[in-house]
Amino acid sequence: MDWQNIFSLALQQGLGPSAVVYCLAAIGLNVHFGYTGLLNFGQAGFMAIGGYAMASVVSTWGLPFWLGVVVGLLLAVVLALLLGVPTLRLRADYLAIVTIAAAEIIRQTVGSVSLLEYFGGQDGLTGFSDSFRSLNPFSGSIGIPGVVSWRANDAWVMLVGWILVVICCLIVWLLMRSPWGRVLKSIREDEDAVRSLGKNVYSYKMQSLIIGGVFGALAGFITALKSAAINPSFFATDITFFAYTVLLVGGAARVLGPVAGAIIFWFLLSFLDLFFTQAAATGLIPESIMTSNQASLMRFIFMGLALMLLMIFRPQGIFGDRKELALDAR
Amino acid sequence: MQTGIRRIAGLLLAVVVAVLALSGTAQAAAAAAPTAADAPACVLPEITDDDTISILGRICDTRETPQTPVEGVDITVEDESGNVVGEATTTAEGTFEIPLPGTTVDNLGKTFTVKVDEKSMPEGAALRNPDDVTRDVQINLDNDVSVSFPVGEAAGGEGIATQGLQLLVGGIVFSTLLAMAALGLSMIFGTTGLTNFAHGELITFGALVAYAVDQLPGAIRIGGTDVTVVVAVIVSFILSGVFGYLNDKALWKPLRMRGTGVIAMMIVSIGLSIFLRNIFQYVAGGQNHNYSQYAAVQPWEIGPILLTPKDTAVALLGVAVLIAVSLLLQYTRIGKATRAVADNPALASSSGINVERVIAVVWTGGAALAGLSGVLLGLTQGFDYQLGFKILLLVFAAVVLGGLGTIWGAMLGAFIIGIFIEVSTLFIPSELKFVGALVVLIVVLLIRPQGLLGKAQRVG
Repeated sequence: MDWQNIFSLALQQGLGPSAVVYCLAAIGLNVHFGYTGLLNFGQAGFMAIGGYAMASVVSTWGLPFWLGVVVGLLLAVVLALLLGVPTLRLRADYLAIVTIAAAEIIRQTVGSVSLLEYFGGQDGLTGFSDSFRSLNPFSGSIGIPGVVSWRANDAWVMLVGWILVVICCLIVWLLMRSPWGRVLKSIREDEDAVRSLGKNVYSYKMQSLIIGGVFGALAGFITALKSAAINPSFFATDITFFAYTVLLVGGAARVLGPVAGAIIFWFLLSFLDLFFTQAAATGLIPESIMTSNQASLMRFIFMGLALMLLMIFRPQGIFGDRKELALDAR
Repeated sequence: MQTGIRRIAGLLLAVVVAVLALSGTAQAAAAAAPTAADAPACVLPEITDDDTISILGRICDTRETPQTPVEGVDITVEDESGNVVGEATTTAEGTFEIPLPGTTVDNLGKTFTVKVDEKSMPEGAALRNPDDVTRDVQINLDNDVSVSFPVGEAAGGEGIATQGLQLLVGGIVFSTLLAMAALGLSMIFGTTGLTNFAHGELITFGALVAYAVDQLPGAIRIGGTDVTVVVAVIVSFILSGVFGYLNDKALWKPLRMRGTGVIAMMIVSIGLSIFLRNIFQYVAGGQNHNYSQYAAVQPWEIGPILLTPKDTAVALLGVAVLIAVSLLLQYTRIGKATRAVADNPALASSSGINVERVIAVVWTGGAALAGLSGVLLGLTQGFDYQLGFKILLLVFAAVVLGGLGTIWGAMLGAFIIGIFIEVSTLFIPSELKFVGALVVLIVVLLIRPQGLLGKAQRVG
């Protein structure tokens, strides 16, 4: 068991591009679920819309990268409007089912053979990140020698990604301390009370859905850029569930909750993966009990268990305030 | 109420046994059918159960009725690396038989490509499906493999109508299975308010338990007939019920007692779904599984429609179970109590109904139904650890379409979604059929948020 290696690689993942993606997605969910009480189970759909818009604008239509980013953000707004109109008047569980269905519609549509020439089917798209990578100031390997290191491309994605995270957190912080944010929080606590004060609850919910969806699209950009490729499997239903776990670990309705959650989640996830893989490989756990394939599943088994236990025993997460999530802590 | 529970269990079991027995006779009838057909009809060669695997096949001209065999077409079989391992020419009966080199064990899991030489076809004849010139055949079972290459337009020439009818039949078979799963989900929602995202795992659980029983060494025989899979279905039905009961007892009941909110429970169910799904993959691996029996059966040709005895049995069993459950809910004490709790738990409780007991029954019954639908899905199409997760959204669509928490709505919704999925492939690519169903779900919510049979109450 090479503990130093395990910690180094877990740290690499905990701060790496994947953590950035989940952090951005969870910031979006924080606006939806943490502050407004909207149960959006289709965050993967917003990510897919963003990522695919950027990738196809560049790869399929040969237009500039920045235009792709703008189109991605606009389409996320459009998706939020499309989803919001039928669902925001419905009860929370209906919203959950519709958003999860919408995300799956998007994923299966972009992966279909019928649209192969635009979105590349199951193989997806590549070759859209050249102009982004050409701006990369790094070269070689970046990090603290002997402790942790990243490849130059990852470091560049991380730099941009964490800057985005800081900006998003700042936006959320400013929004939520404004009167507008207080209305959102009161919608979460008691929708009818807000309505009786003359506020247009529907309109506030829609604005919240749009803002969180745009953060989701940012997560989609980083998903595509970190591997310089995009395909439908990046946006499976489970991605949304993992993002919820990230949010709940850190603490919903806390500006920095998603940031802490993403780092902890990815550190633990890769720690468990490395631990069990090494334990299976070195014979610490006999082959008859756990093969290397099975070892890679242990982290998800623990994750599912953690999500259950967290929601049951500590719904406010590590940094949350139990009173803030009164809707569930009854 | 105790008797009510026992009666439900007894009736369901009786239905399962009866329909599976029926499927046994159907199997026998199917085997007898080809010999009854007129000679030079186009029939597949007999499947032999020896130590080698052969690829058997036929080429029939479906432009005429009865179908006529096509003679003298050259067929080659290639292995994965493109080497020709066997050749044949169709006989006067339109059939060919190509034994694969090596014994059964050598060939298991390999893929072979069967190629039809189009140049050797008679003038004016072409395969009905032009892409069919080569076909990949995977050897999964220790039986011979049969392939058939229909020539010409579909019989009767009413292309789209025939196709539509065939899809409709397929849709009905799938619907009955979807309805069983949807019924459980809807009843659990109705009585406890839980939107159970782990319901898909109850479906997979059924398929897995049956597979485990099926894989036990030795075959279970009654009077010389191999009934291993039948026993597996019954065992998994019962164990699924037990699993559902334990689910409620160990997790959901304590949560209800603590007063956990419905949204929190929903997220807990997502955690449970991820947890169970990965355990299933841990145990069963990532590959696709098939049961040892009924994997390759010859279809009946009823008019222009092809229908396998297996699908018929599955659909009949499904319908019988659904009718049995409906009757139980409609007429027995526990059934009435269930509907009362689904309607208004507080009122039901105050009129002396033991709500917790009803919920325990619903969990047991709902999970047993879900498990049964899982086994039957596995029987019709094979299964992997994601079986239930893949159709979970369709189950949700069915339930929401019919009206969340309503019992008849769940069945109605399942039939609409199931049939829509299959028949819609006439007009949209089949890879997008799930998308079509999900779009229907969203459109219905726009127009009628409470679902088709839901009460017009505020849902938001």
